[in-house]
This record gives sequence, C-alpha cells and structure tokens, in this order.
Amino acid sequence: MNVMKGRLFHILVPVISVLLGLLIGGIIMLVSNYDPIQAYSALIGGIFGNGYNIGETIRAASPLILSGLAVAFAFRTGLFNIGVEGQLLVGWLASVYVGIHFDLPKIIHLPLAVIAGALAGALWGVLPGILKARFKVHEVITTIMMNYIALYVTNAIIRAYMLAPGERTKDIKESASLASPWLQQMTDFSRLHYGILVALIGALFMWFVLWKTTTGYELRAVGFNQHASQYAGISVSKNIILAMAISGAFAGAAGTMEGLGTYQYMTINNAFTGVGFDGIAVSLLGANGSIGIIVAALLFGGLKIGALTMQSTAGVPTELIGIVIALIIFFVASSYLIRWLTNRFTKGGKI
Amino acid sequence: MEYVIEMRNIRKEFPGIVANDNVTLQVRKGKIHALLGENGAGKSTLMNILFGLYQPEEGEIRVKGQKISITDPNVANRLGIGMVHQHFMLVENFTVTENIILGKEITTAGRVDLKKAAKEVKALSDRYGLRVDPNAKIENISVGMQQRVEILKTLYRGAEILIFDEPTAVLTPQEIHELMEIMKKLVAEGKSIILITHKLKEIMEACDRCTVIRRGRGIGTVDVAETNPDKLAAMMVGREVNFKVDKEEADPKQAVLQIKDLVVEDSRKVPVVDGLNLEIKAGEILGIAGVDGNGQTELLEAITGLRKATSGTIQLNGNEITNLKPRKVTESGVGHIPQDRHKHGLVLDFSIGTNMVLQTYYQQPFSKNKILKFSAIFDKANKLIKEFDVRTPSEHTLARALSGGNQQKAIIAREVDRSPDFLIAAQPTRGLDVGAIEFIHSKLIQERDKGKAVLLLSFELDEVMNVSDRIAVIYEGKIVAVVDPKQTTEQELGLLMAGGKKQKAGELQ
Repeated sequence: MNVMKGRLFHILVPVISVLLGLLIGGIIMLVSNYDPIQAYSALIGGIFGNGYNIGETIRAASPLILSGLAVAFAFRTGLFNIGVEGQLLVGWLASVYVGIHFDLPKIIHLPLAVIAGALAGALWGVLPGILKARFKVHEVITTIMMNYIALYVTNAIIRAYMLAPGERTKDIKESASLASPWLQQMTDFSRLHYGILVALIGALFMWFVLWKTTTGYELRAVGFNQHASQYAGISVSKNIILAMAISGAFAGAAGTMEGLGTYQYMTINNAFTGVGFDGIAVSLLGANGSIGIIVAALLFGGLKIGALTMQSTAGVPTELIGIVIALIIFFVASSYLIRWLTNRFTKGGKI
Repeated sequence: MEYVIEMRNIRKEFPGIVANDNVTLQVRKGKIHALLGENGAGKSTLMNILFGLYQPEEGEIRVKGQKISITDPNVANRLGIGMVHQHFMLVENFTVTENIILGKEITTAGRVDLKKAAKEVKALSDRYGLRVDPNAKIENISVGMQQRVEILKTLYRGAEILIFDEPTAVLTPQEIHELMEIMKKLVAEGKSIILITHKLKEIMEACDRCTVIRRGRGIGTVDVAETNPDKLAAMMVGREVNFKVDKEEADPKQAVLQIKDLVVEDSRKVPVVDGLNLEIKAGEILGIAGVDGNGQTELLEAITGLRKATSGTIQLNGNEITNLKPRKVTESGVGHIPQDRHKHGLVLDFSIGTNMVLQTYYQQPFSKNKILKFSAIFDKANKLIKEFDVRTPSEHTLARALSGGNQQKAIIAREVDRSPDFLIAAQPTRGLDVGAIEFIHSKLIQERDKGKAVLLLSFELDEVMNVSDRIAVIYEGKIVAVVDPKQTTEQELGLLMAGGKKQKAGELQ
C-alpha cells in the first residue's frame, strides 16, 4: 500500500498511461487494418527523425507548456480554469497588435509584445476570478463563456480594424518577432522560435512562485482549505483573483507563442485553436508540476508532429493519434485503475 | 459459554507496522462488549477485519461457533454483522426511509414502494425506541438522529451483531445518554454489540465486558463489574493515569478580554449571540458551559474576526479588536485552537512542518522579502515537534497522515508558541484518548500559570469542571451565570445550561 503512495507512483501513472495508450492505439490500428509497427516507427521518425521534426516538435510544445502551466497554476489554487483557450486568443491578439502598431528597438518591442499578451490573458482570467471571489459564480461556467466571448471578439476586432488580405492581420514587425534564424538553421529550417525559452522561464516561474514564496504558500493554502486559510488570516478572495490573473497570464503568453513566434500574425479563427484545451490534458499528464508539464507538452507536441509523418509514410490517418492522446488522458484520469493493476502485480494477485 | 463472535489470535501487518498482534476478542450473545484502546491502538483495524475490509495474516474468526473467512463486507452482512460508522454514510437530501432501504429497496411491480418501506422503518424504529421520523430529510435532522438512522440501516439489513465505531464522538451529553439507553434496549432484544471507544465513562455506564488493546497487542478482557476506570486506563495506556487535573489555585490579575453587549447574527440573520457580556482575566481559565447551538461558535468567530459582530465591543488589553480582520486579531495577541481541527486548524495537504507557521509564515525569520526560508520553518517545526511530543515520522509528513491527537498537539504547539495574551481552546480534546487529554490540559494550565488568559469551550462537563477556574454558562446567546467549579455540581450546571434559574449554591456573581 505504502509503496504505491510515494513519488514513484506519481511518475508511474503517467508513464504507464502513455504505454497503455500506445498499446491500445496499436490494437485499434490492427483492427482497422493498419500495421502498428510500421505506424509507430513512422511516428518516432516523425518526431526524432531529423532536425526539422525535432524543431517542429519543440515549437508545437512551447504554447502547450504555457497553457499547461495556466491550467496547473489555477488547479493548485483549487480552481478549474477552462478558459485558457479564450485567454490565449486575447493574448495572441494583444501581442500581435503591439507587434504591428509599435515601432521600437527589439530589446524593448519584443518583451513589450509578450507582456501585452500576458496582461491581456490575465485580464481575461481576472474577470471570472472576481465573479468567483465576490459572487461565488462557479469559474467553470464563466471561463467557458469567456472562451466564446474571446473567440468572437478577437475575430470582430481583426475584421473591423486589423484586416489584411487572407482573412488575417498584417505581419508583425521584425522587432517584435520571436523568430530565430539561428534556431531555424539548426533545425533544417523548421519554424522553431525563441518561444521555447519563454515557456521554460514560465515553468521556472511557476515552480518558484508556488513553492518558494509567501504568495505561493497563501495560494496553495487557499487551494487546499479555504476555511483554514481564512482562520490564519489569509484573504481568500484576493488569492482567488490573483490565481486567475497569473493563470490567465500564462495562457496569454501561450497566445504570444502563436502570434510572435509560429505565425507572426493572427488569423480569423473559425473555431478554437485547441491549444488551450490541450493544456488541461498536459497539466493532468504532467501532474500539475513544472517538469511534468514540460515533459507532457513535449510528448503531446511530438505526437501531433509525428502524426503527420505517420500519415504520409505509413498511410495511417492522423486521427489515430488523436485517439492515442485521448486514451492516455483516459488512463491518467482513471489512475485508480492503474493503482489497482500495479497492486495486483506487486502483490502477486492478492488484493 | 457460547460466543456469538470469536476472533482468536488475530495478526495484521501493514508495511512497516504490526497493526494487530495476537488479539483475541470473544463477544457473548446479548451483551455490550467494549473494545478499548488509545487512538491508533488497532481497534479499527480489528473491526475492519471483522467487517471483511481487511484480511488477517494469522488467526481465525468464528461466528456463532462456526469458523468462517470474511472476505468482504457482503459476507459480513450475510452473517448478520452490521457497522455503525463514525462518519455517517447517508445521502443528505434523501429521506430517512430512502436512506435505509438504499440497496435493498422494497418494490411493488418494479417500482419502489416508499409507503410500505416507511411503515416497516417506523415499526423497526418503534420496536427499539429510536423515535425516528421515516419521512424526514437527513439534512433536516440532528446528528444524534442521523446516527439512529445508521443504526436502523443495520437493523433493516438483519444485523444481529452491531459494531459501533466511536459513536459518541459527535454527540452531545444528552444524546450520549439516549444512545446508551438505545444500546441497552438492543441487547435486551437479543442483539449483541461491540462498542469501540476510548471513553471510560461510557464503558462503566453501559458495557458488560471490555477488551483492551494497546499498540496493536491484546492486553486482556475484563468484566466491567469487577473493574474501575483507573484500572482500565492503566491497561489502556500502560501506566497510571491521573484523572484529577493537577493545578494550583488560580491567581487572576487584570482583565485581558472584555466583551460588552455583544450581538452576533448567524447566516440566517438570527442574533444567536444576543447581548453577551464576559470578562476573562490574566492567569485564569474561564470555561464556557452550554448546550451546543447557544451561540458558542458564533461568539468565538466574532472574537477571532471570522464573523462580523452586529453591535457591542470586544476589547483585548483595553484595545478595541471588534470586527478586525482575522490577521489583525491574531497579531494583537489572540491564539485560537479551533473547534474543528480539520476544517479550520490545519491545511491537511500541507506538511506538518509548514502547518506550524500557518499564522507566521509572512514574518521573519520564516520569510524575507516574500521568499520563504524553509530552513527556519523546519527548524521551528522540529523544535515544536520535540517540545510538544508530536509523534510524526518527520516534519515533512503530511498533516493528514497524523493521528487526531498528534494533529491537535501540533495546533496547540503552534498557537501556544506565539505566546498570545489570550488563548481560545475550543473543544481541545474532542476525540482524543486519555494520554493526549492529560497532556493538553496540562499545557492549558501551564499557559494560565504564565499569566495568560485562557477561554475553554467544551461540551464535556467533566472537562469544563476539572480544568476551569470559573465557569460561565451560556444560554440563548447570553451568559446566564458565572459559577465556581469547586462549589457547583453537574446537576446545577445542567439546569443552568437548560435555561433554568440559578440557585444560591456555587454562585459567584
């Protein structure tokens, strides 16, 4: 019993979940008349095969890390931020706006654009936070609603004020861009950009704030036990609002990865990007920890990029990787099942 | 002699500890059998084995003389073993009847026949004198009534042997008395009862025989008629226990806390503290006696800033602290051992070490420029853990993993260590065993002797009478009498608590 409670178990659950997800994904391929071995070797090649694939994997992981951090940070404070997607969209737009309309030296312009994105995300997160703290409106409802508001408001703003040919905004100025010719050259001209550094700094920031500062102590205390926090003189409403602000800032920063990094502009989105929702899965798989989230984001990024190669060389549709990802999430969420299975094995059949 | 339950030489190990070692329990039919032991002695483990939740490594179980292996709770149910859990397993917004028949519904043509079921529940309730309304919703009935619903649940399922897991921990003195009567009625009707407890008074009052467990080992079984509380306590703890609280005469000085005409409303806007006046002096322990729900909780919440006072004043050392924020109240010199240690006292998912600085984490040396100094925090925690004998594997262990007594010691360590002028101890010994109670009482008296003012709130009259220097009786939000514990009696206090007029004897003011 005790063995399964420790740190080992926390690592074991996601690892076993990934393996089970891949295994059952393979079975589904077999049933659907695809060769799983060929498919998975194509997948692995698609992730690690060459510099370009590695670069693309890291690029895809960058916003996932930040959206995962956004979900995890709120979760550590006892909040479910389902609004990462919306916060990401407003962050994306704000960073692109600053990127297009300001004319500054890079050393000021780029940080300013990133900060603008984070601030916009924070603002979008603070609103549900205030509603929760002041009026006890459940944040799951409000953040979901805020997602739709974000989607249609950003589209309307682009259409009304920032439209360029191709249903999108103009390109941002070079001085606000995260793009790195050096990183691109190193990775056979993938779209890899400096955003990964922003994401890693974000992960470090979350770890530091949560575990090393009095602010983090308060946030976590409120997350675990509001009554005891209040008793100890910690303001519950202040910390709820603060947690949503920081969570939203991470989400906004994820938006800048797209706006200043991958695309250099913002398109009119017909639907959600999915990066914000994937953050929930990344956070879950990464056990809400900084390192876990980085690893989980790299895995998800890799699966998504590798799936493209899998389709082109092994003829297996990318949707199957969607199924594998869903299975992984399923197994992590049902960690009880894995606990039960491992207990069965370690105790030789006795429970 | 035929035993209805026989557990012989039971041994159960968990990784790292032996929870039960050679424990034997023999229960006679139609008797109340007590299972006595300190917190963590292995009582619950033994009962979970009997109920089929754990399997023993060694030993055998016989039910009505037949050797049996109880592989899961369903088997236990079929054998007529029922458990009344300490934490009720009830659906709050279902009625009594719906809860009782849950999983064993009476149906007519495929539909649940609630009318018929309610009739059966009523009949069962009347037979054992439980007086439960079958159509009341659980959320609307008292804790004592909810417990009776749990009892009915086991009876409805045909239980012959009822296990009560520390049933009195959640009850008021009146309800405890009623429960004892119910238990006597049950055995008179031929049921057998195992009562898990660490309260000697209950054993002496209601039980026929008593088996004692200490640190997982069976110490022995005695006839209650042939023993006394001192002997039982010595068996349980392994040494002589002092029931009389050792203390010098109090030497009260200046008033530390002064409450004048305080009015506090509860969440329904009812003034539950209604013009209360109270004064507590340095160097005394003032006990508050009263039936639960007469404004005690709201009074403490108002003092500590957790609830707004509608009118009136609260002064600490002459300074106004009425309606200050909790942190300001704490900083002005109030320590608070809260009633509900899990809800208010601890963040259970924090380590015990970080819980020790719950009030002080933002101050030096525990943090500087908003950066936590873990070495200082854990140094402090280690010092307190030693000083207050908190039994924990380490300062990094989650508070959740400690036993109730050690959690409480940790809270007391934290509050006392700040050396507040005024210390509130609300039900500081609830659910604890005699060893821990002794320790906590001595700590409260130590604080008093240091010249602090101590407010003790307890629903155990014994405790109020033994520990306090003065007793204030609260009734319907007012202090109706202040009496000297040496000159009053339990009867007189009981009368005052019920709103009776005060008599001459023992009266101070």
